[in-house]
Amino acid sequence: MSGAGVVADHESHPLFLPLVFLGGAVFGVGLAVSQMARPEIVLEFLQFRDLGLVFVMGGASVVVGIAFWTLTGSGRSAPLTGKRFGRRLKSMDRDVMIGGGIFGVGWGLSGICPGAAYASLGIGNVVILYGVAGMFVGAYLQGYLRESRADAGAAATAD
Amino acid sequence: MNEALLLVETLFPRGITQYLVGGILIGLGTVIIYVGTGIHAGASTFLESTLSYGSKLRRFQQPKFVASRDWRVVFTLGIVAGAAGYSLATGEFGWTTEVQPSRLFFGGILIGIGTRLGKGCTSGHGVCGVGSGSKTSILNVATFMLVAIGVAQLVMAMGVTP
Repeated sequence: MSGAGVVADHESHPLFLPLVFLGGAVFGVGLAVSQMARPEIVLEFLQFRDLGLVFVMGGASVVVGIAFWTLTGSGRSAPLTGKRFGRRLKSMDRDVMIGGGIFGVGWGLSGICPGAAYASLGIGNVVILYGVAGMFVGAYLQGYLRESRADAGAAATAD
Repeated sequence: MNEALLLVETLFPRGITQYLVGGILIGLGTVIIYVGTGIHAGASTFLESTLSYGSKLRRFQQPKFVASRDWRVVFTLGIVAGAAGYSLATGEFGWTTEVQPSRLFFGGILIGIGTRLGKGCTSGHGVCGVGSGSKTSILNVATFMLVAIGVAQLVMAMGVTP
């Protein structure tokens, strides 16, 4: 549960939001430089016509891996939030695989993913707003359906 | 030797420099946020945390979304601004995709469902999770990668371009 529990004091530090913005901006420059902001390049990767994208995810995860492992091993806490450095570990369940499969169909169909879509808007690709709108519709749908299902489940147990 | 060069050119017709540099910068952006805050910033939680501004559904009103929604908006604005700044500097600004709007929209719906059900996307699982050596993330990435390859190949086989 990254975030929950410590989130309250996140925004209290005056440098918190500027740092998040700076990190996001470097992230966005990376997406533009790597051409991942262009759905065509992603589709060509998935169609084996240009495998360069392995260096994007590979390069990014190596850089992140070094920082995560080093700082986690240091046992220290982050200066702006007091949050203890840790790795990103999520619990495994069926939804991880089903969700990955559904995401894969969408990615293969369109060549976009969330971060790359925001960066695509940044490079002036306004057509991507169809994709971003779709993502919000999809995120809302899954939230609505999961909540209805949870309510139905709760009602059934109550009986 | 010539065959090896030919193979490299076939697999990487545009070279690899921009891909590697871009990937390192994506990693660096994630690390900047992590070093200061300890947060593993992923891009897809923004979808649900932003919905919490307008939807009363309990799913979106969870403390983890409400408490992080402001900085996630700032993170996303940073991504847009960084990409805009770079493309304006290089003169690439204004490029638009040829992928049909219907594909972007329906693909987007599946991405919205799949990334939230699957607890992350290309950045959350693909970069932060894989960088953490998380088995959950590696399985998720292998799944979406294989499925996406299959679907994109099918799209190409049906003669749909791009």
